Amino acid sequence: MPETTTATPDFAAAPISLWRRGVNSFATLAAACAVILVLLPLGAVFGYLVYKGIGSINWAFLTQTPKPVGEAGGGMANAIAGSAFILLIASTIGVPIGIGAGIYLAEYGRNQFGNVIRFTADVLNGVPSIVVGIVAYAIVVLTQGHFSALAGGVALAIMMIPTITRTTEEMLLLVPNAVREAAYGLGVSRWRTTLSITLRTATSGVITGVMLAFARVAGETAPLLFTAFGNQYWNWKINQPTAALSLQIFTYAISPFDEWHRQAWAGALILIVLIVFAVSAVRIVASRGMLKGAN
Amino acid sequence: MPGPQPVAKSEVVANSSGQNEPLLKVGDSHVADSIFHFAMLSCGLCVLALVGLIVYELMSGSRLSWHAFGLKFFFRSEWDPVNEQFGALPFVYGTLVSSFLALLLAVPLAIGVAVFITEMCPRWLKGPLAFTTELLAAIPSVIYGLWAIFVLVPLLRQYGEPFCARYLGWTGLFEGPPYGIGMLAAGIILAIMVVPIVSSITREVMTAVPQQQREAVLALGATRWEMIRTGVLRNARAGILGGVILGLGRALGETMAVTMVIGNRPEIARSLFAPGYTMASVIANEFSEATGNTYLSALIEIGLALFIVTIMVNIVAQFLVWTVTRGTVARSHA
Repeated sequence: MPETTTATPDFAAAPISLWRRGVNSFATLAAACAVILVLLPLGAVFGYLVYKGIGSINWAFLTQTPKPVGEAGGGMANAIAGSAFILLIASTIGVPIGIGAGIYLAEYGRNQFGNVIRFTADVLNGVPSIVVGIVAYAIVVLTQGHFSALAGGVALAIMMIPTITRTTEEMLLLVPNAVREAAYGLGVSRWRTTLSITLRTATSGVITGVMLAFARVAGETAPLLFTAFGNQYWNWKINQPTAALSLQIFTYAISPFDEWHRQAWAGALILIVLIVFAVSAVRIVASRGMLKGAN
Repeated sequence: MPGPQPVAKSEVVANSSGQNEPLLKVGDSHVADSIFHFAMLSCGLCVLALVGLIVYELMSGSRLSWHAFGLKFFFRSEWDPVNEQFGALPFVYGTLVSSFLALLLAVPLAIGVAVFITEMCPRWLKGPLAFTTELLAAIPSVIYGLWAIFVLVPLLRQYGEPFCARYLGWTGLFEGPPYGIGMLAAGIILAIMVVPIVSSITREVMTAVPQQQREAVLALGATRWEMIRTGVLRNARAGILGGVILGLGRALGETMAVTMVIGNRPEIARSLFAPGYTMASVIANEFSEATGNTYLSALIEIGLALFIVTIMVNIVAQFLVWTVTRGTVARSHA
C-alpha cells in the first residue's frame, strides 16, 4: 500500500522531546536500581551464611548433641534429626488431607460448596504462623499435658494443607477433560479414573505443590516455639519435646555466647541448603512440564 | 494417599460376586465411587473444620481476658503479669508502625522490580531474576533474624542511625541513642521479607494486562515508560494495591525476624530508634512462660486480634487481585 509507506516518514519526523526521553531513561534506571537494591540483601544473606557457616560445619557439628554453655564443640545432630522427624509427622498428616481436599475441589467442587472450601483454604493460608502455634498448643499440648513432636507436626501440617490443596486442584484442572472422558468411555469407574488417570497425569505438578509446602514450613520457627519446644538431647518419641533446627538457630542467635553464634550460622547454612535444594527441585520438576504425556 | 479404602472395598465386592457375573458391575463402581467421593469430601471438610477449630480455640482461650478487660484491652498500655493487668496498646502500636514502615520501604522497590522484570529486562534475564526474587521469599524468617542481629543491626548502629539522626533528626522520628536494635531495624528486615510477595503479585497482575493495551499506547507514540505508566500500571493498579495489602498481611503476622531485632520492650516511643514490641513477638516470647490463666488468656486474645486483622487484610487483598486477574485465570482453567 503506497499510502502507508509515504505516511511513515511523517511519524518519524515528530521527534520525542528531550524531556520525555529523559524521564524514560530515568524510569529505566530507577527500576534497575530497585532490582539491585533488592538483590543486595539476598546476596548479603547468602554470602554471610556461607562465610560464617562453612567454617563451623564439621563432623562433630553433624553428629553430636549440644554441649553445655562454656564448653567448645558439640553440634546440632539432634536438632537436624528432630526437624526431619517433625517434618515427617507434618507430611504424614498434611499431604493426604491436602491432596484429598485438592481432588475434591477439582473433581467434585465446581459448585457453591466448593467455593466455600476454596475460600477457607485461602483464609487458612493467610493465618499467621504464630497463631497456628497457639491452636496446636490448645489442641495437642493441652490434651497431652506436655510439649511434643506431635504438636509441632500438627502445627506444620496445618500450614502445609492449604498450599497443597490449592496446587493439587490447579494441577488436576490442567488435565484435559478428554483424558477423563476417554477413561469413562472404557468403562473405568470415576474413583479409579481420578486416582489412576487424572492424578497420575498431574503427578509432577502435585509433587511440586507438596515440595513448595514443604519448603515453606521447613524453616518455620514460630509455630514450634510452644509445641515442639526444643530439646538438648536425642528424642525419637512422638509425645516428647523435640529439638528442631530452626528453634536451635533462634535460641543460639539470641544467646550471648560466641561459640553458640558460630553454631547458629552453621545451622542456618544447613537449613538454607535444604530449602534451596527443595525449591530448585521444584523448578526442575516444573520446567519438565506439569503434566505427563497429556499434551 | 487417600486411595486405600475404595480399593479394599472394590475387592470385597468382587469376591462376593458369583462366578458367572461380570467382574465389574455398574453397582459396584457406584458404591466405590460414593465411598471415594465421601473420602475426598471429608478431606475438604477438614480444611473447613481447621479454620473453625482455630476460631473456636482462640475465642474460648481468650474468654477470660475478654471478661476481665473488655474492649479496653486494646487501648490500655499497661502490661503487668505480676498484678495481672494487661493492655495490648504497645503491641498493636508496634505491629502497625513496623508493618507500615516496612511497606513504605518495600512497595516502591517491589514495583520497580516487577516493572523491570516484566517490561524492561531482556528475555534471557527474566527467568533468573524472577527466580532470585522468589528465593528471597523462601529464606526462613529465623535466618533473616540471625542475619539482622549480626549484620544489619551493627551497620545501623555504626552508620545508618547516626546518619539519619544528623540529616533527618528534625522530624523527631530519629532521636535518642542509636542502639541498632529497635523499630527501624524491624521495619527494614520486614521490608526485605515483604518485597518478594508484593513484586510477585505485581508481576502477576501486570502480565494479566492484555498485550493490545501496550501496543495501542506505543502506537500513539509513547515512550516505553509512558506506555508502562498509562498502559500497564494504570490498568493493574487495583491488583497492585491487592499485592501491597497482601504484603501488609505478611508483615503483620511475621514473628521471628521481628522478635529478634525489635528490642521487645512494651513501650510507645515516637523515635524509630527506640525498642518496641509487636503482637506476634509478645506471643512468641511469653506464651510458654505465661503462668497465670489471665496472662495466657491475654496472650491468646492478642492472637485472636492478629488472626482477625490478617484474615480481613488477606480477603480484601485477594478480592483486589482477583478483579484484575479474573480474565486470565478463567482462560487458564478453560
